[in-house]
Amino acid sequence: MADFVMPSLGADMSAGTLAAWLKQPGETVKRGEIIAVVHTDKADVEVEVFTSGIVERMLVEPGTEVPVGTPLAVIREEDAAPAPAAPAPAPAPAPAPPAPAAAPAPSAPAAPVVPVEHHLLISPSARQLAHELGIEAEGVQGTGPGGRIQRRDVEAAAAAREAPPQAAPPAPPAVVTPPAAAAPPAAAPPAAPLSPAAAPPAAPLSPAAERNAAMRRAIAASMSRSKREIPHFYLGQTIDMSRSLAWLGQENLRRPVTERVLHGVLMVKAVALALREVPELNAVWAGDELVRRDDINVGVAISLRGGGLVAPAIHHTDELTLEELMHAFRDLVSRARAGSLRSSEMSEPTITVTSIGERGVESIFGVIFPPQVAIVGFGTLVERPWISEGQILPCPVVNASLSADHRVTDGHRASQFLAAVDRLLQEPEEL
Amino acid sequence: MTQEEITQSVLQALTDVAPEADLATFRTDLNLRDQLDIDSMDSLNFLIAVHELLHVDIPEADWARLFTIDELVEYLGGRIAA
Repeated sequence: MADFVMPSLGADMSAGTLAAWLKQPGETVKRGEIIAVVHTDKADVEVEVFTSGIVERMLVEPGTEVPVGTPLAVIREEDAAPAPAAPAPAPAPAPAPPAPAAAPAPSAPAAPVVPVEHHLLISPSARQLAHELGIEAEGVQGTGPGGRIQRRDVEAAAAAREAPPQAAPPAPPAVVTPPAAAAPPAAAPPAAPLSPAAAPPAAPLSPAAERNAAMRRAIAASMSRSKREIPHFYLGQTIDMSRSLAWLGQENLRRPVTERVLHGVLMVKAVALALREVPELNAVWAGDELVRRDDINVGVAISLRGGGLVAPAIHHTDELTLEELMHAFRDLVSRARAGSLRSSEMSEPTITVTSIGERGVESIFGVIFPPQVAIVGFGTLVERPWISEGQILPCPVVNASLSADHRVTDGHRASQFLAAVDRLLQEPEEL
Repeated sequence: MTQEEITQSVLQALTDVAPEADLATFRTDLNLRDQLDIDSMDSLNFLIAVHELLHVDIPEADWARLFTIDELVEYLGGRIAA
């Protein structure tokens, strides 16, 4: 028997909420298959199982928050004998305490299993929103690919539900109470006494505002930890992009629009190959020692609509062709914004690439995502005078910056790494 | 295909890529990228959506010179008529 536990989906995650089961007891699961959706402060994440077998029983019901490491389900591994009858379902566990739990809860009580929704095509964030708004997801018309229900569909259903059956007459002006801040001074009510008891209750946040607030809290915790614990140092290099852009322009001319490659993908691939050349940077600082990683998993910072960002990993980035990398990147952006990232994508990359140059920012001084070793920032592409073979020519250039963990590496290795990124971007046909 | 039909197709493509876009306040004569805060991936997805709706493949070099929906509709009108 194997426990399927609440995974850690980020260095600062101490607990997560089980949003939904996508499998039922008795169903077969294969290693890598998605079994559940977990809601974290930053995203809804589809969680894969790492044991092949049969789902024996669920231990936690959807909507329950539990510490990382808490057993969520029991899986009978392939070739294992069936377990004796499961104990009678117990009441749902109490919500987890906010304090981080390093050790899994050893005796999480079994919980009644609720019906699963795996026959319904719905994104995790839409499912969560439907739950928050009290909308029956089964009754929502999906407009996504294959009829998949998306957030906007749930919002439309909620709006339709709340719309009055007929237009209500406008309220007479005399009854309208304007917000205090908007009222003219003469009409303002007398100042209320400054006592807590007299303070009006805080208005509840909308689900979207609450999600944004949770996202900011998660980012605040992660970035504060980074600046508190990681001794950053910074390097920058201006890179001639003329060869890469000319090569990519020709490549994209030969491709249909659906197969085009973005120049950002060249940068991600160059970072992955540079990491292969300078493996000292493919490591993390854990406790008080350096831990090297074999696989090269580059994280990509993705901004989310409505604010916030996530940085999921593209696994084995160095081994992917540009076409495969473009496909993976596009898929990742799409799923990150739809709220359907997978747990393995949230597992620790060693380095993240970010680019916010599309609004003209030339230099980025990034903050490392703990416990990674570095973040590489690419600024906007700009045309600058450039000296080449004794001539001053206009040249498209980009500023590449590296923020790195001085516990793991030093300026010498880091400069080798940036030089490798530069050289690789001069040889785009080799990427 | 009339200019109005092209405009409707383009706005449909835009809605697919940026579903949160409020078309009631969106200006077709102002910079598209600035108004909707779209990035390079959104831009590519928009071009793909336009291609799927209107069967016009816009080269990168042309796209770089198109800033507003009005400019895009005029460009597409020329390509569709050609």
